[in-house]
Amino acid sequence: MKYKAEIDVMPLKALLDPQGKAVTASMHNIGYKSVQNVRIGKHITMEIEADSDAEAQNKVEEACKKILSNPVMESYEFDIEKLAF
Amino acid sequence: MKLGVVIFPGSNCDKDMIHVLSNVMKHEVVELWHKDHDLQNVDGIFLPGGFSFGDYLRSGAIARYSPIMKEVIAFANKGGFVFGVCNGFQILCESGLLPGALLHNTNQKFICKNIYIKSSGNNSAVNNAIDNGKALKIPIAHGEGKYYADKNVLDEMKQNNQILFHYCDENSNVTEEANPNGSLENIAGVCNKNKNVFGMMPHPERASEGILKNTDGKLIFDSIFNYLEKSIENK
Repeated sequence: MKYKAEIDVMPLKALLDPQGKAVTASMHNIGYKSVQNVRIGKHITMEIEADSDAEAQNKVEEACKKILSNPVMESYEFDIEKLAF
Repeated sequence: MKLGVVIFPGSNCDKDMIHVLSNVMKHEVVELWHKDHDLQNVDGIFLPGGFSFGDYLRSGAIARYSPIMKEVIAFANKGGFVFGVCNGFQILCESGLLPGALLHNTNQKFICKNIYIKSSGNNSAVNNAIDNGKALKIPIAHGEGKYYADKNVLDEMKQNNQILFHYCDENSNVTEEANPNGSLENIAGVCNKNKNVFGMMPHPERASEGILKNTDGKLIFDSIFNYLEKSIENK
């Protein structure tokens, strides 16, 4: 079965996100005064073959831990959906 | 002595490293392609700077899974000497051989300039020939060089004397102004617990010859060869 995973990788809350900080400042400059704490991460999508929902879940979890995120500086979350044929 | 320089797609300081090891330090050097599995019996491994795999995903994240890294990790776990500069340092952190990670510079800029670093003087393989008080002028060239480790890891590193170089001013003062990239506590170079794997963001291979009007980096290579010669004698 084929699944689609949507993964968000974000800088850890404890870390300064200089990109987000620069964008926050820029948004203030162009009038979005009420915006605060912009944080910028990555959105990753991928398709994956697995025999069950649980297997797909495990595979994506493993990939997130092993390569897609670095736990020293990032956290991740993901959703999985079964693709219809 | 025989040394290996690992070349990844996107490495761009490999030739400089090879030049210094072979023409300045006068040792035999072999090029190790990232797809190789054979370390060719080298006595030490050097991971050069550059932009392996275009820095895609995170700096070093893809190179860390290159085939040769399996052998490099096994070599390091047996006590072999491994030294990473810049992207090499990032790869070693990604691989777990070194603690911590390198984040985007606080000012979001790629910084290419001479800076000063100071050895923390714990007589390791990369700083044994350096006078502790001396500020070494060495260039940096990176966008992701802000060293970070969480508090527990940092405390442990301090206990084990794993912090080897700090960014400082030309009078050896470790100050916030002298920190080019926002690194935690001005950290510029670290090692693993066993003190055989080393990484630093500044480029000593770009400051090791009179013709470049800067030989401060050569003190790091002198230290490395003091260490390697001793460790070969003890074998």
